[in-house]
Amino acid sequence: MQDTAWFISLTLMGLLLAVFVFVWSQSSVREEDFTPLQKRAYRLRARLFWALVLTLGPAMLYNLIDLPYAAADARERDAQVIDAVGHQWYWQLSRNEVRAGEPVLFRVTSADVNHGFGVYDTGSRLVAQTQAMPGYTNVLRHTFAQPGKYRVLCLEYCGLVHHNMIAEIDVVEARGAAKE
Amino acid sequence: MAAQETTIDRGAHPAVLAYLCIAMLVLLLMMVFGALMRMEQAEFIAMGPMWFYELMTLHGAGMVGVAGIAGIAILWHFLGQYVRLSAPVFVANLVLFVAGVAMILAAVLGGNFHGGWTFLHPLPSKSMGTWSPNAAALFLGGMLVIGTGFLLLHLDIARAILAREGGFGRALGWPQLFGRAETAPPPPTIVAATMATIVNLIGIVAGAAILSMMLVNLYFPDFGVDALLAKNLIYFFGHVFINATIYMAVIAVYEILPRYTQRPWKANRVFLASWTASTVLVLFIYPHHLLMDFAMPKWMLVMGHVVGYLNTFPILVVTAYGGLMLVYRSGIRWDMASGLLFVSLFGWSAGVMPAFIDGTIPVNYVMHNTLWVPGHFHTYLLLGMMTMVFGFLYYIGKSAREMRERLVDRAAFAVFVVATLGFTLSFLSSGRSGAARRYAVHLPEWVPYDRIASVFAVLVVAAVAVFATRFLLRLPAASVDAPRATLAGSMT
Repeated sequence: MQDTAWFISLTLMGLLLAVFVFVWSQSSVREEDFTPLQKRAYRLRARLFWALVLTLGPAMLYNLIDLPYAAADARERDAQVIDAVGHQWYWQLSRNEVRAGEPVLFRVTSADVNHGFGVYDTGSRLVAQTQAMPGYTNVLRHTFAQPGKYRVLCLEYCGLVHHNMIAEIDVVEARGAAKE
Repeated sequence: MAAQETTIDRGAHPAVLAYLCIAMLVLLLMMVFGALMRMEQAEFIAMGPMWFYELMTLHGAGMVGVAGIAGIAILWHFLGQYVRLSAPVFVANLVLFVAGVAMILAAVLGGNFHGGWTFLHPLPSKSMGTWSPNAAALFLGGMLVIGTGFLLLHLDIARAILAREGGFGRALGWPQLFGRAETAPPPPTIVAATMATIVNLIGIVAGAAILSMMLVNLYFPDFGVDALLAKNLIYFFGHVFINATIYMAVIAVYEILPRYTQRPWKANRVFLASWTASTVLVLFIYPHHLLMDFAMPKWMLVMGHVVGYLNTFPILVVTAYGGLMLVYRSGIRWDMASGLLFVSLFGWSAGVMPAFIDGTIPVNYVMHNTLWVPGHFHTYLLLGMMTMVFGFLYYIGKSAREMRERLVDRAAFAVFVVATLGFTLSFLSSGRSGAARRYAVHLPEWVPYDRIASVFAVLVVAAVAVFATRFLLRLPAASVDAPRATLAGSMT
């Protein structure tokens, strides 16, 4: 997802840069009568508007299909549950070992200030997150695809030792994989 | 195309110049703080977490304040050519701003407050003994004093607009947009000033409400404040306020580029529709800051996602496109002012790209509160909003005798554009790799990005130091009525 966001952003920014450079390169001569140029530009703008509607509209809708807000449902009664409580400046986890390939429900809250519960994989890539807020419990559902040592970093500024608020989760082989 | 009525541009009121001088001085100081923060993350220096988070708090609060006073100085300068504004109220806002800044500096440098400029409740009251309630109160009080100044000024701006137009709807051009009014629509400056005033009046009141609640809570903890409500109010206020600075600064583009190109920027129906849309969108977009607060009502989060996409339309299709249309085959004479204003439109629209992508819920799930976020907001604030301010500085400081800039200006321009792009792309690439924002100490794998960013940050500071110095040196010319725009090709 991060790579997709990066490449789409760079492409769009690059396109804009190309348009600005083109207009700049065409700016030294003067078309004295602005009205016909304006009419052509307005026609082009109408097309640009619809092009944006037809590209951004579906992208906006598509990205609403799979939202991370689904709390535990009936199918996930057997999910592995970790109760996570943020404290200044450490994480209190009810367990720190789960199996890969099975959903994990993190019930995340805070005992003091706002924290951010960010799960990083073995390659230091952020794979899931939710906020840890006093008075609220946010349920985060994530299935670890690969075994390994994952880290939980704080992703909401919480004071002097914010950067050092790190916990570890051991993700072990899936049940089937262990039998093999 | 006939030349516009006059090529004499009004000089700045002394108070506008005072605003801009203070803005540039505070800006440079905050930029130095920002560069030091990147150098600390890069392990080039070792100031320690306490200093880092104190500078981070000052950098955030200071930059929002700088954007606020620079943006409203531009608005006041140009709006004053259409309506009667009160200079004493304008000066009072600056006095309150300076007082608020002094309180914030005392809270941070004297009281070690480092709760971040977003002061998320209940962090100011739970410092683990690293700052006192009095230090937190001084910081929150400083923010409240600054907000009060802006509120008073916006009330005066609202009064002046209402006196001329008779209503906010008329000032936004609704009779021309929705009706069959034959009369001319209000000029773009009035439309933009009305939008900024409407949203800021609402946003600042929300900010003042939560600041007051948190101040009471500091000394009377039994007066409980819900953390999620506080977060909603803070991000509503924060988002509206910082966004309004762009919509105020863009008035410089609307006013100055037409003078250079000798082409009008008309408030036609599309223009009016986009500004009415922006008024609504800016008020309803803020939940995109809370996409990872799963306890929020789901419809609000979906609204933040959807509005983020819609918000790109007015910026791209109307303002950026309008600027390009004006410049295309215009014979424009490029100088620092016109060049910076043109680049500012690129900076604003380019920054919007990674911003709306970040507001996409599945993306936000793996990029929220990473350095991707400062990556996009530094693009549209530094290469967009502040570049509009720099363009205005070069425009207003120009005297009739000095129509061409020096080599140092052109060199600073080139360094600024390249280094800002390098700086912001370093942030974005750090965010792509998962680097968390607001970390005094980075994981080893994030440090290479910080090192590259530090070099670009120093270059940006150097370029802006040139802009600021040249403005201060040309200050005497800035208050004189004079022809400032170098007219387009065949018009001279």
